[in-house]
Amino acid sequence: MEHLVQFYAIYGSLINFIGLNALLALSLNVTLAAGMLSLGNAAFAALGAYTAGILTVHYHLPFIPAIAAGAILPGLAAVVLGLPVLRLKGVFLAMATLAFGEVVRIAAVNLEITGGAEGLTGIPNVTNVWMIYLALALAAYFVAVLRRSQLGWGLLSIREDETAAACLGIPIFRYKLLAFVIGAMLAGLAGALYAHLNYLITPRDYGFFIAVDLLIYNIVGGTRAWYGPVMGAALLTALPEILRGIGVAAGPIRMGVNGLILLLVILFLPNGLASLINRPRAVTATPEASGQRA
Amino acid sequence: MLEVDGLTVCYGPIEALREISFGVTQGTVVSLVGPNGAGKTTALNAISGLLPATQGRIIFQGRDITRMSSHQRVAAGIVQVPEGRLVLAGMSVHENLELGGYCRPRKEIATGIAQMESRFPILAERRHMLAGTLSGGEQQMLAIARGLMARPKLLLLDEPSLGLAPLMVQLIFEIISELQSGGQTILLVEQNARQAMAVSSHAYVMESGRIVLHGEARQLMADPVLIDSYLGGPSERSKDKQ
Ligand SMILES: Nc1ncnc2c1ncn2[C@@H]1O[C@H](COP(=O)(O)OP(=O)(O)O)[C@@H](O)[C@H]1O
Ligand SMILES: [Mg+2]
Repeated sequence: MEHLVQFYAIYGSLINFIGLNALLALSLNVTLAAGMLSLGNAAFAALGAYTAGILTVHYHLPFIPAIAAGAILPGLAAVVLGLPVLRLKGVFLAMATLAFGEVVRIAAVNLEITGGAEGLTGIPNVTNVWMIYLALALAAYFVAVLRRSQLGWGLLSIREDETAAACLGIPIFRYKLLAFVIGAMLAGLAGALYAHLNYLITPRDYGFFIAVDLLIYNIVGGTRAWYGPVMGAALLTALPEILRGIGVAAGPIRMGVNGLILLLVILFLPNGLASLINRPRAVTATPEASGQRA
Repeated sequence: MLEVDGLTVCYGPIEALREISFGVTQGTVVSLVGPNGAGKTTALNAISGLLPATQGRIIFQGRDITRMSSHQRVAAGIVQVPEGRLVLAGMSVHENLELGGYCRPRKEIATGIAQMESRFPILAERRHMLAGTLSGGEQQMLAIARGLMARPKLLLLDEPSLGLAPLMVQLIFEIISELQSGGQTILLVEQNARQAMAVSSHAYVMESGRIVLHGEARQLMADPVLIDSYLGGPSERSKDKQ
């Protein structure tokens, strides 16, 4: 127990960030499941962080309703944004969601209620490690259930081929919007928890690089199951600490090592780190086994 | 069963279909033939709801479905097997079939798959393989079986023989005849006009977004001059026009 306390005293902040990044990676995973390349989830996280922070700082709302609002408002924003932009595909969708990120950042810099460029300060420090991991566990469970649901299979078909999916009778646009909104809400939740961990939220906290990081967590970890993005986020968030542990200085080298890992994964593990622990799909039952049954 | 009345479809400013009208009677195979770029796929996509109609009406079983979304049309019984064998390549054969029954109650799916596997034994053999690893002909069979999983009242087939080896083409047309004997209504789009007409009761010949000829397939087939002028040399004809 004492060791655990000591361990947490040293690595607590890292453990918290692994949890929050994993939650953010999961949020993007829902969107990616439908083949939608969104770079908007960092902005949804910012929206959730500011919403929850403003509610506790300026309106003295209790923590739980503030966190809930931090998830719900990005969800509503995702509906408003999704209606026009989800007709776009691939790189065009990525650009449109990126532009949304800029809008959120510029709004945060210029509004009074967000604290401008200095950010929103004095946010009560209520979030703790178990809340983060409870949220992560619930989100992971939700994503796992979603995958096996009617909606999850629909999303997977949309990712495989939109025309084929439409021919199956899948309501393409409705499902895409739903996945986009769920992703935004999970991202908002992560942002809201972060705001109440860090005392402070600034317009720089969820910028372009975070948006790209979320994508990299998913690629490195693998997008096909909930544990992929969690693994990717854990590895890449812990990496600077690990490097420091073995005597490599952080900073520019970190970017290089991130890039190297990304490259190695793309080359040798196209389905990400997750493919190291799950058996390849579609061969789960051998033909012999089903032959015996017949 | 299906009535298309004055259907016009545009891609932006380009009119790909100009006021075409045709019909499909229950229990028959009707083919829509014509050269590449005639607008056959466009017509099918408008019927299945993948493309919006600019003008005209589509009536299915007495209901105006012109403004219905594609998933509502699947639920109503119009199922398209799209051009180019669009199987879900990263999923197994079994999963493809399961997804074919997406709009059906879950408990019916297992029996549907069993039916498809006995009708297409090769699919039972390949059950656990990824659909993308099947041969072209097998993928086409899977695409048709996946379409049938939805229990369509009207099956739309877009160029099922395209790019297949002659033996496979033969097999696909046999499957179409068999389906027709079983009472399945089919609207068949083909460039392979002779073979398409051989399995059809009626045929419509399209060119440049219009229907230029139609009638009983048997009669159209008996007129080789007609076939040659409309389907034998589409490239010469388009050159003539310029
Ligand atoms: N997505 C599209 N955008 C613009 N024009 C298209 C598109 N798809 C088809 N067309 C045009 O519409 C016409 C009909 O195409 P299509 O229906 O695919 O013909 P077919 O199936 O008979 O070969 C062609 O002139 C083609 O160039
Ligand atoms: Mg075509």
